[in-house]
Amino acid sequence: MSEPISALNHASYQGIAKVEECGLQGMITLRGDLSDKVLAKAVKDATGQKVPGQREALVKGDTGVCWMSPDELLVLVPYTEVEAKLAAMTNALSGVHALAVNVSDARAVFRISGVSAREVLGKVAPVEFSTEAFQPGQIRRSRLAQVAGAFWMDDAESFRVVCFRSAADYVFKLLKVAAQPGSEVGVY
Amino acid sequence: MSTRLVKQGRLIDRSKQVTFTFNGTSMQGYEGDTLASALLANDQMMMGRSFKYHRPRGVVASGAEEPNALVGLGQGTRFEPNQRATTTELFNGLTSVSQNHWPNLEFDIGALNTHLSRFLPAGFYYKMFIHPKPFWKHVYEPFIRQSAGLGKAPDKETKDADTYEHFYAFTDVLVIGGGVAGLQAAKVAAESGAKVLLIEQTAHWGGRAPVDGGTINDKPVDKFVEQLVSDLETMDNVTMRLRCMGAGVYDHGYVLGYERLTDHKPGTQGPRHRLWRIRAKQVVTATGAIERPLSFAGNDVPGVMLASAMRDYVINWGVTPGERVIIATNNDDAYRTAITLKQAGVDVLRVVDARDTAGPLAEEARQLGIRVDPGKAIAKVKGGKRVKKVELCNQNGIGGAREEIECDAVAMSGGWSPVVHMWSHCGGKLIWDEAQAHFRPDPTRPPLGADGEGFVVAAGASNGPLALAEVVTDAHAAGKAAAKAAGFKPKNTKAPSGETTEEASMEAVWLMPANAEIQLRMKSWLDFQNDVKVSDVQLAAREGYESVEHTKRYTTLGMATDQGKLSNINGLAILADALESEIPKVGTTTFRPPYTPISMGAIGGEARGEVFQPIRQTPMHNWHDKNGADWEPVGHWRRTYAYVRPGESVHDAVNREVKNTRENLGLLDASTLGKLIVKGPDAGKFLDMMYTNMMSTLKVGKCRYGLMCSENGFLIDDGVVARIDDDTWLCHTTTGGAERIHGHMEEWLQTEWWDWKVYVANVTEQYAQVAVVGPNARKVLEKLGGMNLSKEALPFMEWRDGKIGDFDARAYRISFSGELSYEIAVPASQGQAFWDALVAAGQEFGVMPYGTECLHILRAEKGFIMIGDETDGTVIPQDLGLHWALSKKKEDYLGKRAHSRTHMADPERWKLVGLETVDGSVLPDGAYAVGEGVNANGQRNMIGRVTSTYYSANLGKGIAMGLIKHGPDRMGEIVEFPGTDGKTYKAKIVDPIFYDKDGEKQNV
Repeated sequence: MSEPISALNHASYQGIAKVEECGLQGMITLRGDLSDKVLAKAVKDATGQKVPGQREALVKGDTGVCWMSPDELLVLVPYTEVEAKLAAMTNALSGVHALAVNVSDARAVFRISGVSAREVLGKVAPVEFSTEAFQPGQIRRSRLAQVAGAFWMDDAESFRVVCFRSAADYVFKLLKVAAQPGSEVGVY
Repeated sequence: MSTRLVKQGRLIDRSKQVTFTFNGTSMQGYEGDTLASALLANDQMMMGRSFKYHRPRGVVASGAEEPNALVGLGQGTRFEPNQRATTTELFNGLTSVSQNHWPNLEFDIGALNTHLSRFLPAGFYYKMFIHPKPFWKHVYEPFIRQSAGLGKAPDKETKDADTYEHFYAFTDVLVIGGGVAGLQAAKVAAESGAKVLLIEQTAHWGGRAPVDGGTINDKPVDKFVEQLVSDLETMDNVTMRLRCMGAGVYDHGYVLGYERLTDHKPGTQGPRHRLWRIRAKQVVTATGAIERPLSFAGNDVPGVMLASAMRDYVINWGVTPGERVIIATNNDDAYRTAITLKQAGVDVLRVVDARDTAGPLAEEARQLGIRVDPGKAIAKVKGGKRVKKVELCNQNGIGGAREEIECDAVAMSGGWSPVVHMWSHCGGKLIWDEAQAHFRPDPTRPPLGADGEGFVVAAGASNGPLALAEVVTDAHAAGKAAAKAAGFKPKNTKAPSGETTEEASMEAVWLMPANAEIQLRMKSWLDFQNDVKVSDVQLAAREGYESVEHTKRYTTLGMATDQGKLSNINGLAILADALESEIPKVGTTTFRPPYTPISMGAIGGEARGEVFQPIRQTPMHNWHDKNGADWEPVGHWRRTYAYVRPGESVHDAVNREVKNTRENLGLLDASTLGKLIVKGPDAGKFLDMMYTNMMSTLKVGKCRYGLMCSENGFLIDDGVVARIDDDTWLCHTTTGGAERIHGHMEEWLQTEWWDWKVYVANVTEQYAQVAVVGPNARKVLEKLGGMNLSKEALPFMEWRDGKIGDFDARAYRISFSGELSYEIAVPASQGQAFWDALVAAGQEFGVMPYGTECLHILRAEKGFIMIGDETDGTVIPQDLGLHWALSKKKEDYLGKRAHSRTHMADPERWKLVGLETVDGSVLPDGAYAVGEGVNANGQRNMIGRVTSTYYSANLGKGIAMGLIKHGPDRMGEIVEFPGTDGKTYKAKIVDPIFYDKDGEKQNV
C-alpha cells in the first residue's frame, strides 16, 4: 500500500485560536436501526462505546461514535484499523438490515483549540457555543459558512471539525479568516 | 459663525488634538469629536448639497437621523461614499470630501436646478420622461444616470482593504439601545437571571439623558447612568456592545446587529465590521425618539438645526453652531436648548413659540433674560449658504406683517417621534398619540413569534413617554415583561424615581405659519436630502395621490439615504391635511430594515477573496494546477478543461489530447463523478423505480448504463450502475448530480417508500477515480502489475476488486470514449500517488492527461449524450433515441406514466441527430435551425437546435448533435442555422455516431 495522505497533510495556522488539519481518521458511516441490539453490540465491539443518544458524541482520541441522525452513526476508529473494523462490523451485521461503509478518505478533520475556539466556530456555524449550550459529549451537524460540517469538543477549549475532503482547502482558509488576529468577539 | 466654546464638551478630550481634512483643507478637532462637531468647530457649516436642486446643506441633526451631512470618507482602498458626519467618530488623518457638486462645494453648476424648481415639481420625472417612448433608453436614462446618486461609487478596480465577519449570537433578552431606558431594562431583565445582550449604536452609554438632564433616585441622571453601566458590567449574564446598531428585526426573534469595530481607528488589526446574527427569545427596543423639524420657509438653509442637536453640540462637544440664535418651537423641550445656549454664553435672540402658553422651562428662560414670543412663527429664513436673517410673523396667519432679525443660526423643534423602526420591522403596529402628536407602538399589537405571542417590547421614549420619570418607569416594566416572556421570574423591584421639570403640553404644528401662502410653502422643506417641500406633497394630493406609499414614491419623500427619519411624520401630516383626512387614517409608510445603511462588506461577511465561494478539489487538484490546467467550474468543483503546455493555445491542447487518447493513452481525473451506495433487501426494487431500465437483474460483478427520469418523465441524470453483492449496488451519477441524486433517492425513501428496506450512502469523495483510456490502457495497467485485466478476466461492462501495483483498486471496464478504457477507483488519500504511478509507467506508452473538453469531444464522436448538453430539463429519453433503455418489462418506474402523456408521445417532438456542416466548419453552440415561414411574432419558425458542437481533431472537421423536428426521418437533408454572427450555417443531418460505429475499439 502506498502512503495515504490527508487532504491538507497537517497544515496549521495560529490566530486567536489554533487551526490544524488532523491527518487521517478512520470513519465508518453506519446506517441502521439504532435500537437494534446487534447493531449496539457491533458498535461496542468496534469502539467500546454504547449507541449515542441524539446529538451525542462518545469519543476518546481517535476512537468513538457520534450520532448523525435517527438512523445514522459515525463510527471513529484509528485509520489503520478501519478495514478490519469494518469487516468485523459488516460480519456482525450480516443478519440485520444495516449499511456500514468506509468514508475515512471522503473527509477532512480539523482541530480548533485555544480560549477563542468557541468564537471562531461561532462566526461560521449558526450554533450556540456558550459553555451551557455546548460541551464535550455533544455533536452538531451544521454548516461551516457555505459547506456542510460536523463538530464536537475534545475538551473545554478544543473542537474537532469534520467536513468533506473536497472542501478541506475552503474550510481551512475559512477558519483562518475566522481566527484572524484581533478578531476576538469577547462573548464566549 | 459656528465655533468651539471654551467650556463644555463632555465627550471630547481637549488634551488630545486630532488633525483631519475636509475637501483638502486641514482642520483640527479633539478626540471624542464626531466629524460633524469638528467641522462645526472649524466654522464649516455647509457640508454638502441636496440631491435634486443641489441646494447648500448644513448639518441638521447630531445622530443617525442626519439627512444632509454626508461625505465621501477615506481614500483609495478605504473610500466610502454617503457617510454621515454625525455618526463618524473623528480620528487622526481622517479625510473627507463633500458630495453632489461640480466643480466644488461653494460654486456648483447643478445649483441652477433650484432656480428651475418651479419647473421641477413632484412627479416631474414621471411626467417629463414618458414621451416620446424611445427617448427613455437613449436620452433620458443616460442623462438621469449621470446626475443620479449622491456620493461617488468607489473605483471599480479598487478592492476594499478591510475584512468583515458574521457572528451568531444567542440570548434570552436582546436590548436594542443603550440609553437610560435600555440600560434600565437590561438591568431589570438581567436581575431575573436571563441572559441579556445590550447593544448601542453610538460609542457612549446613556443616550441623550445626560444632555437633557434631570435626576433619578435623587442623583443627576448622568451619575445614574454611570451606576447602571458599572452594575451591568459586573453581571456575568450580560453582554454589552457599543458601536453596535440594531439593524433589523425579523421573524422568530432573529435580529441583525451591525458592529463597527475599527471605523474610528482604520487599519487596526481585525475585522472592520461584524454582523451579529442574533436569536433572541425577547427583544426590547429602547431606541429613543427623534426630534421633528418645523416646516417653515428656508428651513433648509445651513444653520437651521434641530433644537436637540444644537444642545448636543454644546454639551457633548463644546461647539456652538452660531453666535446669535433664534429658536422656534411648539413644545417646552426646546427651551432646554435656549437655556443651554444662554448658559454657554451664546446670544439667544428670541424663542418663537407657536403656542400661546408654555411651562416652567419658558419661565426659567425668561429669567435668564431670553425673550419669549408666544403665538409667533418663523415666516422665512434668509440666506444662501448660511442663515443671515429670520423674518417672524404670527403663527395663525399666512405669513404677513413680518419682523426681520439678523442671526446666524436657527434651532427648531416640532416635537418628538419615537423611533418605532425596530418595533415595526416585523409587523408591530402603531397608534396615534394625539397629545404628543406622534405614532407610538401599540402594546396590544406587537410583532408575533412562532407561538403567536409578542416577542418585542418597546421601552422608554421609543414607546411614547418622553419625560425622564416616565421613561425609566416604562423601561423598568419593559425589562420585567421581557424577562417574564423569556421564561424567567423578574425580581419584585420598584422602578427608580425620576424627576424633571414639568412640561406644558405641546401643540401640533405641521406648517409655520399655519396658513402659509404658496411662496412660503414652496420653500418649506420636508425632505432635506431629496428636496421635497410642503408644496410638492400638496400637489401630489391634488393630483389624486391618496396612499402615503404612492405619495412617497411620486414625490420621493423619505426615499433618501436617511429613509425619512426626519421627514416622514411631517410629510404625512401635510398629506392628511391636504386630503382633509386624519393622520392615523393616512398612516405611515413601511419601516424596513436596515435602520441605517449597513456596509455591503458586513453583509458578505467572511465570504470574499479566497473564501468567496467554496471550490471543491479532487485529490489530484494540485497536480493538475502545476501541470497547466485550464480550469472549468463544474458545480462547486474545479475540473481541468485542458492541460495547456507552454506555447500552446487551449484549443491546441484540446486537439492534442483528443488525438493522443485515441492513438496512445489518456488519463482523466474522474473523481468528481458521484458514487452512491444503495444497500438493502429492497435495493433492487428501489433502483428499478429510480432508473428507467432494469437494475435488479444486474449480475454481481457487472455494470449497466442507466437513465433516471423525474416523475414528470424528464431526464435528470445518467451513469453506470455496478452490482457489488446480492443486496448492494453502486450508482455512478454525473459530477453535478451526486448530491442532487442522493437527495432525490432519500426523498423517495423517506416520504414515499418509507417501509422499503434500503439505505443510501454518498461515497463520492471516498475514492479517487482515474479513467485510463486508449489503445495502451491495458498495457500501462499491466505494467503496474497486480490483478488480471485481460479481455477474458475483465470483459467490457464488468468490474473487479483487486490490486494494481501497490494500490487497493476497483477496476470498472467502462468507456465513455469508445476506446479501450478502465476506470480505476482507489482510496482518495492515495489518489495522487496512483496518478503519479500511472504517469510514470505510461511514459513509454505516450501517456497524456486529458481534460473535460477532450472527454466531451470523444463522447460526441461516439454519439454519447451528456446530461446538461443534450438535456435541459425538457428532454425525455425518447427524444434522444434511448428507447432501448426504457424497460418494457417493469410495471413502473419514475417517469413511466409521464411518458404516455400526449405531448410526450407526440411524433412532432424534436429528436436527436448528428449534424455535419457542409464545409467542415464548426456549428455555433446553441444555434437554432430554421424552417419555412414565420410565427405570430414575425420570427422565423424554428425546427430544432444544436445541443453539442465541437471540432474533432480525429476526423478533421466540425461535428455536432442537435434536436431536430422529424430528425431521424430526414437523414441527408441540409438544415440552416442562422448564427449570431450574421452568417447562416448549413449542416447535413447524419447519424450521431461519427466514429467507430461498430464499437470495435472499446471491445478489445
